Amino acid sequence: MELTAPTHVVYQRPESLADVPTSYCPGCTHGVAHRLVAEVLDEMGVRQNTIGVAPVGCSVFAYNFFDFDFVEAAHGRAPAMATGIKRLLPDRIVFTYQGDGDLASIGMGEIMHAAGRGENITVIFINNAIYGMTGGQMAPTTLPGQKTTSSPYGRDVEQAGFPLRMAELLANMDGSGYVVRRSLHDPKNIRLAKKAIRTAFEAQVRGLGFSLVELLSSCPTNWGLTPKDALTWIEEKMVPVYPLGDYKVAPSLASLKV
Amino acid sequence: MAKELLKGNVAMAEAAIRSGLQAYFGYPITPQTELLEWMAERMPLLGRTFLQAESEVAAINMVYGAACTGARVMSSSSSPGVSLMMEGISYIAGTELPVVLVDVVRGGPGLGNIAPSQGDYYQITKGGGHGDYFPIVLAPSNVQESIDLMVLAFDLAEKYRSIVVVMSDGNVGQIMEPAELPPFQPLKTVYPDWAVRGAENRAKRTLSSIYIKPDEEEVTNFRLLERWHEIEANELRYKEYFLDDAEIVVVGFGSSGRVAFSAVRAARAQGIPVGLLRPITLRPFPYAPLAELSKSAKAFLVVEMNAGQMLDDVQLAVAGRTPVEFYGRMGGMVPYQGEILAEIMRIASESIPLEGDPRHRWAQRVNYGRNGHK
Repeated sequence: MELTAPTHVVYQRPESLADVPTSYCPGCTHGVAHRLVAEVLDEMGVRQNTIGVAPVGCSVFAYNFFDFDFVEAAHGRAPAMATGIKRLLPDRIVFTYQGDGDLASIGMGEIMHAAGRGENITVIFINNAIYGMTGGQMAPTTLPGQKTTSSPYGRDVEQAGFPLRMAELLANMDGSGYVVRRSLHDPKNIRLAKKAIRTAFEAQVRGLGFSLVELLSSCPTNWGLTPKDALTWIEEKMVPVYPLGDYKVAPSLASLKV
Repeated sequence: MAKELLKGNVAMAEAAIRSGLQAYFGYPITPQTELLEWMAERMPLLGRTFLQAESEVAAINMVYGAACTGARVMSSSSSPGVSLMMEGISYIAGTELPVVLVDVVRGGPGLGNIAPSQGDYYQITKGGGHGDYFPIVLAPSNVQESIDLMVLAFDLAEKYRSIVVVMSDGNVGQIMEPAELPPFQPLKTVYPDWAVRGAENRAKRTLSSIYIKPDEEEVTNFRLLERWHEIEANELRYKEYFLDDAEIVVVGFGSSGRVAFSAVRAARAQGIPVGLLRPITLRPFPYAPLAELSKSAKAFLVVEMNAGQMLDDVQLAVAGRTPVEFYGRMGGMVPYQGEILAEIMRIASESIPLEGDPRHRWAQRVNYGRNGHK
C-alpha cells in the first residue's frame, strides 16, 4: 500500500544558508538576520552571483554560515574591501554584514566614504548596542545609562558621549540610494525587515548606489536578559532612541513592490 | 621600443599598466604622488579601475578586496602612508594574496620630510605588519630598474601568492632618466582556482586570514614559511661590481647603492681594490654571497640612507669573520660620492677593528647632530 502523501514544503533551509550550526548564542537575532538575507538572495535567484564580506565581531564567521562566495575583512574595513570587489566585478551582488562596533566605531571612515562615493554595494548593519564578541563592552550605539563591562556605571554621556544614529547619518549622503532602519524583535517587524533587505539588494541591482538596512538586534548574553526579555528591551528601550523608518529611498524604488 | 625620458614614479606606473594591471587604489602622498596621478589619467582611458581612497587604510583594504577576485592590483604610497597600510598588508599576507605595493621612501620618523630616505628598511623587509610573514622586497636604483622590477613584481606576486614591495625612494621616484618601457601584456582572462568571483556552478570559496584553531594557524604559518624558503632558494637577486679581486666590499642598495657605485669606480681609478655588492632583492637578502665574500675580503663598508638597518643583515652574513664599517646619511640627506670615496680610502689605509659597533664608530666620526640637539 502506498503510504506517501503529497507534501507541501512550507519551511526549509534556504539554499543560500550552509547546513552548519552557527556560533551565535541562543536567542540572538543574528540567526534571523542571516536567514532573511539568505531567503532574499534565494528569491532573487542571485546566490551564485553574490559575494559577501564578513566583519570582525560576532559575525566574523558569517562566511561559514552562508553558502556562496565570501571574504573576511579586517575590523571596520568591510566597505573598503567590498569596494575593491565591486569595482572589479560590477555585475556581482556585493554586500557587507557588519555590527555596530565594526561599522560605527572603527569603520566609521570606510562606511561614510563608501556611502559618499555612492558605492553600489549593500550593507546589512546589525545594531545591538553592545560589543558582543569581546564580551559586552560599550559600543558607539550603547544607550545612555546602559551598563556594559566598559561602562559599568551606565553610559555617562558627559564622559562617553552619545549614541550614533547611523541610518540617519548615512541617509544624508548624496551617494545613498536606500537607507532604512528596521527591527527584529517580533514577527511583524521581521517581515518588514525582510522586505527592506530585498529592496536594498534590488537597489544594488538597479545601480542606485549605496544601500543599507540597519537592524535592531538582541544580545541576550551580554545584556544579561532572557531571549524573550531581550526582544522586549529592543522594543521598549532601543526603538525610542533608534526610530524605525525609511531615511532615504531613491525615487525609483518608491514604486517597487517586494 | 625606444628609450624615453621618464620620471621614476611615472615609469613605475606605466610599467604596471603595461604588466596588465587591472585596478589601482591609492592616496596622495609626496614623493609618490606622480604615480597615483599617472594612474588617474591612464587607467580610465584603458577601461580599468582607478580609485582615490579616503585614506591609505581604505586604499590597502580596497586592494585586499580586489586581490580576492584574482585580479592584478596594486597600491603605492610613501613611508607614513605605508605605516597606515600595515594592518591590511598583514591581512593580505595571512590570506595569501598576490599584491604589489610601491613604497617611495621619505625621511622619518613621524611626519619627517619629503626627501629621499631608506629608513623603512626594517619595516618593509622584516614584514612590518603583525604576525609571521615576509614580503618579497625589490629595490631599484634607477628608472630602468624601477620599470623592470615592476614587471617582475607582478609575476613574483602571482607565482608565490605573496606581497611584493618595490621599495624605491624619493630620489629614484623623482629622478628623470632615459628608459625603455616594456611591451603591453594582455589583461588576465583566466583566474586562479582560489579567486572569489561568485559561486557559479561550483562550491563556494572563502578567503580569510582567520584560523581560530591554533593547530590550523600553525599549519598555515608553516605553509607561509615553506613558501618563503622556496622564494629564498629561487628569487635572490643582486648585482656585483669589481668583486673578483676586491679587498674592500661595499654594500648598498637603491639610491645609496648607486652613489656607492660611483665612489667604487673612482676608488678603482686610484688603484684601490674595492668592489660593490648591490642587493636587488632586499628580502630575500643575499646572505650567502656576502658570507662567501667575507672569507676573502679584508673589510666591508655598508652605505645606507638610514642609521644602519641593512647593516644588521650584512653583519649576520659576515658573522664576525671580517670587520664591517658603516656610513650613512639620514633625515632625507643623500651621501655624495666624495663622502663614500673618503670612507673607502680611509678603510684602505686603516686597520678596522673586528669588535665594536660600526654605528658607534660612524656616529663618532661624522657627528652631524653635534649642533642639533634639542
